[in-house]
Amino acid sequence: MTEIILELTGITKRFGPLVANDDISLHLKKGEILALLGENGAGKTTLMNILFGHYASDSGEVRVNGHTLPSGQPRAAIAAGVGMVHQHFTLAANLTVTDNIVIGSESLWRMDSHRKAATARIRALSQTFGLPVDPTARIGDLSVGERQRVEILKALYRDASILILDEPTAVLAAPEAEQLFRILRGMTAGGLSIIFISHKLHEVMAASDRVTVLRGGRVVAERRTPQTSPAELAELMVGRSVTRPKRAVHAIGAPVLIARGLSVAEGQGKTLTDVDFEVHQGEILGIVGVSGNGQATLGRVLSGLARPAAGSLTLEGRDISRLTPRQAISLGMGRVPEDRNAEGAVGDLSVWENAVLERLRDPAFSSRGFVRRSAARAHAAELIRRFDIRGAAPDTRTRLLSGGNMQKLILGRNLAARPRFLLANQPTRGLDEGAIAAVHADLLAARAAGAAILLISEDLDEAVGLSDRIQAIVKGRLSEPVTADEADARTLGLMMAGVWEVRDAV
Amino acid sequence: MRFERRQDVSLPALAIAPFAAVAVTLVLCAGLIAMAGVNPPTAYAQMLKGAFGSRLAITETLTRAVPLMLTGLAAAVAFRARLWNIGGEGQFYIGALVTAGLGHNLLSGLPMPLAIAVLMAASMAAGAVLLVVPALMRLRFGIDEVVTTLLLNFIVILFVGLMVEGPLKDPMAFGWPQSVPVAAGLRLPDLVPRSRLHVGLIIAVVVAALVWLLQARTVFGAETRAAGLNPRAAAFAGVPLTATLVKVAALSGGLAALAGTIEVLGPTGYVTTTMSPGFGYAGIVVAMLAALHPMGVVAAAIFVATVFVGADSMSRATGVPSFIADVIVSVSFLTMLTALLFTTYRLRR
Amino acid sequence: MNETFDILTNASLWAAVLRIATPLIFGVLGALLCERAGVLNLGIEGIMTMGAMAGWLAVYWGAGLWTGLLIAALVGLILGLLHALLTVVLGLSQHVSGLGITLFGSSLAYYLYRLWVQVGDLPPTIQPFQPLKIPGLSSLPFFGEAVFSQSAPTYLALALVGVTAWVLNRTPLGLALRMCGENPHAVEAQGLNPIAIRIGAVMVGSGLMALGGAFLTMAAFNSFFPTMVQGRGWICIALVIFASWRPGKALLGALLFALFDAFQLRLQTSVSGVPYQLFLMAPYVLSIVALILVARRARVPEALMQPYRRGER
Repeated sequence: MTEIILELTGITKRFGPLVANDDISLHLKKGEILALLGENGAGKTTLMNILFGHYASDSGEVRVNGHTLPSGQPRAAIAAGVGMVHQHFTLAANLTVTDNIVIGSESLWRMDSHRKAATARIRALSQTFGLPVDPTARIGDLSVGERQRVEILKALYRDASILILDEPTAVLAAPEAEQLFRILRGMTAGGLSIIFISHKLHEVMAASDRVTVLRGGRVVAERRTPQTSPAELAELMVGRSVTRPKRAVHAIGAPVLIARGLSVAEGQGKTLTDVDFEVHQGEILGIVGVSGNGQATLGRVLSGLARPAAGSLTLEGRDISRLTPRQAISLGMGRVPEDRNAEGAVGDLSVWENAVLERLRDPAFSSRGFVRRSAARAHAAELIRRFDIRGAAPDTRTRLLSGGNMQKLILGRNLAARPRFLLANQPTRGLDEGAIAAVHADLLAARAAGAAILLISEDLDEAVGLSDRIQAIVKGRLSEPVTADEADARTLGLMMAGVWEVRDAV
Repeated sequence: MRFERRQDVSLPALAIAPFAAVAVTLVLCAGLIAMAGVNPPTAYAQMLKGAFGSRLAITETLTRAVPLMLTGLAAAVAFRARLWNIGGEGQFYIGALVTAGLGHNLLSGLPMPLAIAVLMAASMAAGAVLLVVPALMRLRFGIDEVVTTLLLNFIVILFVGLMVEGPLKDPMAFGWPQSVPVAAGLRLPDLVPRSRLHVGLIIAVVVAALVWLLQARTVFGAETRAAGLNPRAAAFAGVPLTATLVKVAALSGGLAALAGTIEVLGPTGYVTTTMSPGFGYAGIVVAMLAALHPMGVVAAAIFVATVFVGADSMSRATGVPSFIADVIVSVSFLTMLTALLFTTYRLRR
Repeated sequence: MNETFDILTNASLWAAVLRIATPLIFGVLGALLCERAGVLNLGIEGIMTMGAMAGWLAVYWGAGLWTGLLIAALVGLILGLLHALLTVVLGLSQHVSGLGITLFGSSLAYYLYRLWVQVGDLPPTIQPFQPLKIPGLSSLPFFGEAVFSQSAPTYLALALVGVTAWVLNRTPLGLALRMCGENPHAVEAQGLNPIAIRIGAVMVGSGLMALGGAFLTMAAFNSFFPTMVQGRGWICIALVIFASWRPGKALLGALLFALFDAFQLRLQTSVSGVPYQLFLMAPYVLSIVALILVARRARVPEALMQPYRRGER
């Protein structure tokens, strides 16, 4: 006898012209783990934010244990026993674990706070559920995994009976993710019901009882996990069969970019230690790893934004250890940054301004300090045509482009200059399958044209599909490279967990 | 009810924003005028008459608008690059002081246009230093430039006081604390005979046009805009942030100092510590009313000058305290700020 | 050197230090509350001016001194609400809005003063707060005169330092307020309303600022005149940074600053040949120097100056 503990009916939510959720209904049974599967932009996070009361829905209702929750009130959701673990943690780094957990649990008008009792209760909860964390630690000093535990403890502290986790494994290595799902399974045995959001098929298959698939803001299917397959889910999620382009075998040329013993110190979690790699002409070298292991720093060094403290970095024999962004551009180094909105483009400038921003001082685009606007616009129009950037004219405000089209613009402005080296840092993060396929095709075309490409990715399928060789990055160190053919899931999993280091040490 | 970001900046909304802001301001301030026992429409009519009712009134209003145009440009240039220059008042005074100090007799050998150019360059350099230093303090130490530029205003004005009561004191001024005058040959020619209106007006308008050209058409302008809108992306694309910010600071500080120079070369001829009725601060309002557009600054400066000149005359005629001008200007600043929000956001439900 | 020693050991100097520090203590506590909740309040200069005018005017019109203080605080709350509406609710630039409040508060204070008060050759005066000798303690040698013979609002300011520190560090409300300044999303995720908390913090902080202004006209002097706040608000903003956003250190900063100010005032009368403007410049120069000294070490609230809009990241 399984009772329905949570029910969403007819949820609709619009953002301007965009319908993020279109008449969505789903339910959750007591003690069940439900996976909410969908691509980026399918409406999963919006739906969960409505459930938790961060957003007010335009229509539809949320019922917990048969009682309708008022729309748009997180406090009511918490009181009804709903707890949410956000993908971007909602923690204050300068405050302690206890501070972060107890806030909101006491009346604001008390003259004193029950700190001792709170700390003891947090200790007890972390013991019971196997979520070890020091209540007196400052959040800023914790690892990502520990912060996630704090997020879960926050919900448990408020007596949550329904736990929602948004992309919980996005920041975890494979063993940590497995451990998390074991803990979650233990919680359901204790009576909790869980919804987790994911776009990763294998973890949905491994960890859920039931799957609801969202696409384009609608529920397209619901399956009991044992009765479906990854292939079926993939097709349901994407809705059409999009095949990612395949890497063709071809001869690899001479080394273009060589790093030897490279070390960088930019602060906690942002270091590289004694890193070696080389990228050859016509080759894609994949760097895989869980985010926050030094990828950002590697990207910054190769973009000219950070300086190595030790080691050598050369481009075709030329020392580039003191690179600036401008030099990188003039030396023919293309750079696709990790975060396209923060670094890739200026959203409030037009497409043509972003298209030429890197080479404004190039005589092609300016003379005597004045911008050659017609030449710049023509160049932008050419990029739009060549790289199939949809919804854009040269004068369109760049912010209005979709993620995929903005990425095509950034990739286009780099590839148009026929770079000898290209840094592609998380080039498909947050894109849908169609856009991913387009970006992959562009990268492979650049490879075929002889560019040396360094691909930094958290998506193993992407890294294996595109790369000739792969290295794993763990805590600022790089593993030895393996060829793509040797790279099965198990090998990569061990590499990303840092197992090669243990072997080295022995 | 909540705010939703518009797809794109609404141009019609941007065009009517200043007018809507001013209209709302006049309605709000009508209450204050009524409290003085004066019928608000009568008072506003008096203000218009005081600002435009005669040839003399018009020239006075335009004379008052000249320094506001330049301090307004100073604020607009800086704000566009997200550099909060609140030191316009101090930069104005330093420009005035340098002009009087150098222009009294040091440049007597030079032909007039060259001497004026030297004066402008020197005082603009002084104004530039006064903003570049806070800008560098922000870049190096992370110190908010709002606080430093504000504090510098007090320091500069005390320094001006020290100079006009000391080394630059005019011995012919019967003990009044005022500086020695600039040489008569360096004074800017009148634009309209028998008025205080001088060719500074033309200089200010031309400078506004040049600033527009610089911002809208040059590499420097494009890079500045990128750096102001998204510093990380600009740095990634190779825009040198420090150098860009320093250049913007130099330009902004220089423009405010130029206002001081022209005020001395034009209507006053010498420096006192009370020569500015808050031109630097009013420049911030002007810039905001112009939505930071250089040509809009010209119009906004004339509006603010109208309020000040008109209020003086209205005050004499009706007894409403002339501080009403400051109230109107500050309220229009707040309403414009709110109006600008609606160009990028709309209300939903 | 001897002269310096004489000045420093004089109890009247220390009494003056506390008197000079009082408006700064109110102002810096107010600014600190706003900033710990994530809102920079550059309206402080205008709010202090309005507080100075409103409190004084109430007493001039016949209200008691404490009623006057209450009215000043109310005016501060209202201006704080305005700043909060613009920055917290509408999410406008805190820099720009704050400046707007300062311009508005100052000009409105001057206008209303001129409108309602007949000013002759000399500005009209009120009977201000008198020194309140604490029985017993005020007869102590040195400390009796320096500390225990102050006017009542000075004792209030000192008490408020402790209250503010307790509320911020020991109560659930203080935790929620600090969390608003660190990560408002975390506040919302725990079922509290960061917008309401920020509005409250800005209002109460502005009320304190207004009390600082009122002290000037109701205890330090006995009349109101334009520009009398003289940048004290900006100095408070600098002091908050100097104090690393901590009430105890804020008190220390205000006292140090006042000591320097009182000292220079006495030097001004005893040293001749130095232009008085140089002495007057000292507080402003000192503020900038203090900023440079601590800037690198300061731990800024992470969400300071970040607007929070629901459903937007």
